[in-house]
Amino acid sequence: MGVRLVLEKRPERSRAMQVASPLLAVALTVLFGSILFAARGFDPLHANYVYFIGPLTTLWSVEELIVKATPLVLIGAGLAICFRADLWNIGAEGQLIAGALAGASIPILAPHWDSALAIPAMLLLGMLGGMAWAAVPALLRNRFGANEILTSLMLVYVAQYLLDWLVRGPWRDPQGFNFPKSIGFNDWHLLTTFGDGRVHLGAVFAVIAVIVLAVFMSRTLLGFEIKVRGEAPRAGGFGGFSQAGTTWLCFGISGALAGLAGICEVAGPVGQLQPTISPGYGFTAIIVAFLGRLNPLGALLGGLVLAICYLGGEAAQVELSISEKTAQVFQGMLLFFILTCDTLIRCRVRLEWATRNPSRQRQFIGLEGGASRTADAGGAAQ
Amino acid sequence: METTDGDGYLLQAEDIVKRFGDFTANGSVTLSLRAGEIHALLGENGAGKSTLVKILYGALQPTAGRLRWRGETITVPDPGAARQLGIAMVFQHFSLFDALTVVENIALAVPGPFDLRSLAERVERISAEYGLPLEPTALVADLPVGVRQRIEVVRCLLQEPRLLIMDEPTAVLTPQEAQQLFVTLKRLAEEGRAVLYISHRLEEVRELCHRATILRQGRVVAEVDPGSETAASLARLMVGADVHSVNAETPGPAGPATLTIAGLSLAAVKPFGVSLRDISLEVRSGEVTAVAGVAGNGQAELFEALSGERLAPTPQSIVIAGQPCGTRDITERRRLGAAFVPEERLGHSAVPGFRLSENVLLTRHASGDDLVNTGFINGSRTRALAARVAKRFDVRFSRRDQEAGALSGGNLQKFVVGRELDRNPRVLVINQPTWGVDAGAAALIRQALVDRARDGAAVLVISQDLDEIFQIADRIAVISRGALSDTFPADAIDRERVGMLMAGALETDGTPQQDVWA
Amino acid sequence: MSALEAVLLTIITASTPLLLAAVGELVTERSGVLNLGVEGMMIMGAVTGFAAAYTTGSAAVGVMAAIGTGIAMALLFAFLTQTLAANQMATGLALTLFGIGLSGLVGKPFTGLPGVKLGAVHVPGLSGLPLVGPVLFGQDLLVYASVAITVFVAWMFSRTRLGLVIRAVGTNHHSAHALGYDVAAVRYGCIAFGGACAGLAGGYLSLVYTPQWIENMTAGRGWIALALVVFATWSPNRVAVGAYLFGAVWIMGLYAQGIGVTIPPQFLASLPYLVTIGALLAISGNRILTKVNTPACIGQTFVPDR
Repeated sequence: MGVRLVLEKRPERSRAMQVASPLLAVALTVLFGSILFAARGFDPLHANYVYFIGPLTTLWSVEELIVKATPLVLIGAGLAICFRADLWNIGAEGQLIAGALAGASIPILAPHWDSALAIPAMLLLGMLGGMAWAAVPALLRNRFGANEILTSLMLVYVAQYLLDWLVRGPWRDPQGFNFPKSIGFNDWHLLTTFGDGRVHLGAVFAVIAVIVLAVFMSRTLLGFEIKVRGEAPRAGGFGGFSQAGTTWLCFGISGALAGLAGICEVAGPVGQLQPTISPGYGFTAIIVAFLGRLNPLGALLGGLVLAICYLGGEAAQVELSISEKTAQVFQGMLLFFILTCDTLIRCRVRLEWATRNPSRQRQFIGLEGGASRTADAGGAAQ
Repeated sequence: METTDGDGYLLQAEDIVKRFGDFTANGSVTLSLRAGEIHALLGENGAGKSTLVKILYGALQPTAGRLRWRGETITVPDPGAARQLGIAMVFQHFSLFDALTVVENIALAVPGPFDLRSLAERVERISAEYGLPLEPTALVADLPVGVRQRIEVVRCLLQEPRLLIMDEPTAVLTPQEAQQLFVTLKRLAEEGRAVLYISHRLEEVRELCHRATILRQGRVVAEVDPGSETAASLARLMVGADVHSVNAETPGPAGPATLTIAGLSLAAVKPFGVSLRDISLEVRSGEVTAVAGVAGNGQAELFEALSGERLAPTPQSIVIAGQPCGTRDITERRRLGAAFVPEERLGHSAVPGFRLSENVLLTRHASGDDLVNTGFINGSRTRALAARVAKRFDVRFSRRDQEAGALSGGNLQKFVVGRELDRNPRVLVINQPTWGVDAGAAALIRQALVDRARDGAAVLVISQDLDEIFQIADRIAVISRGALSDTFPADAIDRERVGMLMAGALETDGTPQQDVWA
Repeated sequence: MSALEAVLLTIITASTPLLLAAVGELVTERSGVLNLGVEGMMIMGAVTGFAAAYTTGSAAVGVMAAIGTGIAMALLFAFLTQTLAANQMATGLALTLFGIGLSGLVGKPFTGLPGVKLGAVHVPGLSGLPLVGPVLFGQDLLVYASVAITVFVAWMFSRTRLGLVIRAVGTNHHSAHALGYDVAAVRYGCIAFGGACAGLAGGYLSLVYTPQWIENMTAGRGWIALALVVFATWSPNRVAVGAYLFGAVWIMGLYAQGIGVTIPPQFLASLPYLVTIGALLAISGNRILTKVNTPACIGQTFVPDR
């Protein structure tokens, strides 16, 4: 007697499951988290409340939620498009840093340039910086066929060291007591804020980006090209769409958005350059994109959920005195469950109780040098 | 269970049922095989032949029913078990590994100690004995299709099988190679082995087989002696109705050449691809011109060069409607009135996960149908166009605007062919138009191709199905190892001659090509 | 010990984790599976290896724990990609993100504690030889193990049925399935082997190389191991060459500083990553070589008809 999981391909993707799978994934994560909390001696209800509901109960934390969600949504929406095209840009963290560096060059190198143009110029430079950093893997892939996963990831480390060098070297604040920090940006180089001063203009950009990209993906021919490339690259060539073109486009868009997120962080909540300007938003945004089912609108929701995860981690550290690292564990778990649930879109899953006649089974064993055993002896008996 | 454990029966399959979800591939099939007979399993695409033989070979498990081997009830949990019983199988699409050598491929199916050197000797012995020459250390990827099938056959023979299952073995062979195969199969039957021979080529079944079981829609409809049937009567049993023959009446005088290929050479880009060598061809409007050939001789490469998915080195090497097109991309060629249908449906001519209305956009986004305005897609127009194509070409689906991947092979092929014909193209290039398609859809598609030609288009059909070619072609050329023969009027060349050309006896300018594989 | 001996020794120590992780991933990829979770398995191996060794006081227990953790992580990946047919790229990324997070959580109490170092084994008589002695015969056990594993893998692929079956599954899973091989089972095994090697590589970092637990101490070595497999075009021997070259690059930065080169340390530190990109370019430029050697089914999901 053995139980096995059996997948059966569905003829068409299940539309119900496309909606249900992210919800199911979140539910499973919470359930699993409860078990872990209980195992460590916490009341799971209370712990879950602290973690997932608490951040939504005060105005302060809702604003903080928006601040955290802003870069996640910006980057996640761009990555959703890349992943849709089967392009694996996993270097958004590096593009975020590159954008922050490029944009921050104005407040650091021209701190006295007080003009209405300063902020737009910073944002533009930020986007260009992110784009330039993302253009490298795109170029290497188009020209040399180099694997974009590895090249984009390697450039994250390079960007981090570049930032580190700048804030300890040429861009260090001369009056900063040798701390590895740039000068604090002047007011005219900081983004407009709302509420009690933390939610910034970036949140507006995130919403705009999501809406524009959603229309772009669902209504335009270029969006169609991107989707075809991801589903069936050969069909894309047959349709007359250029592979290299979509690569540039996807890396360009996602790089620009990551760069925008970067400059918005340093010209928003951070207000200066320092060795660490992001708690891994570029990587967490990968989960955002998947939780949003690689749909820009979904990335908006996904960004909020993952932002809760960050805040919940901080709250849990304060109230339950468990490490803020739990947030990252939850995020990883969430991605596992998303991928698990996505299987349900393409396949039916059922459990099969395979009854086997051991004596009959034995006579067939030992034929393939041990490597081949389909456990399907009793397939007729279901 | 009316069949008792019959004397002389090697294998009996009794009331075999196989369901995939809601779909019943085999609904109570009974089949009995005797030692020493060549038994045909006939049926259309989708009749359930492949499913049944996969069950016999242990690759699938039946939902219900039972198998008897020499009277004893058995289960075949996996192909290894089948091989141990003495059941061997040659697959239609082969089960070979391109990146491995011949002997490594064989070792994967032969149990016993792992000693490639002594196995290579055994391979050479068996292949010499049956007249199936093989080079054990050759890389499979470098071998032509006929030789690959030989590997499969030798691999089976090494297992001393009592039953040999052959799934559509001649689909990839030249007529001459097929004849050689028949000699081998007859010899195996004389040695007392049983052969289960799956085919939809009725003439060869009549020539070769002692008995025939005919499947239709997953059920046995008849068991006959093929020798005393005609091809037409067998076809009726398979299809369940008279098959519409294609009306390809001789046209009036052909028009000018609307598609011209002149001295086209292209080096292979893929590791195991075929290079095109100095190909020249004229396709005249009003005619169907066919390129015959064994699979893997450059058909895919020729198609990609014609469609513009791969560009030629010079503009003049491909001329469409008077315009040099060699260096223009597929969209520009479409704008000149050319249309293309590649061989592979899922993933090349259609995106499986996309709906039909989206798939319509794939090739029609720039061909003057106003489906796209300033970059934005007009959804109602694409849906209307998809519906029109589906209606005109009898595409059947269970839900409106279905995903392409959910359609049957025949329905999807009708759709992708219809999508192009709906434009009334001046030039149509189509690769393997009825591959894996049921007889009804095949007849409809072939008729549509002929009709389009008669309406003044230049139609180029690339096909490995000689029946199809002789049914619809006005002129025939043959591709072999990336080179194209002269073009012959269809009534001035016979199958034997085409077969010789397919095997590489090129007759361009009287210079025979060297046999590069010898 | 001469300066040259010292440099060579450090290079070998720096290369060993790369070699271990890359050889494991090579086996996984040869079976047609791309596991992007090497970094995650490695860092988990590092933290559990350290924790187990610290708690028990035995480096050997630490090594076992590192291997076991690597296998456990790999089986999680295998379950998702093989049993549930989830996307391999995304699942591998998930494994890395999850591993980095979890290692931080598990390792928090162990940060800054003194480690238990796995000692060197001196081959009697030989380790006294000049230069080659300490470099080749005075290493710790895991260095020898990494070489032995590489030799074993090379032998397995060229001489054994198991190796042939793994290659077959990686080249064409449909054919392998048609012949009756259990594609998922073969891949489960190869993924687990890759996990064991990655876990061991992580354990090497926290038990020999550093020996300490520092958050994110793998510093992208798992990713570089992935690049090494591509760079070596799936050949175990070339993986070894590549790993030692990369180890040398890694050490070069340190030594350059030591002898007073005035390049900012950040630039030297980013050298391994830039060299990785360069190596990928060099090998990808040769498209025929890469295409012929790439396991044809790599990264593709396989769900058999039933």
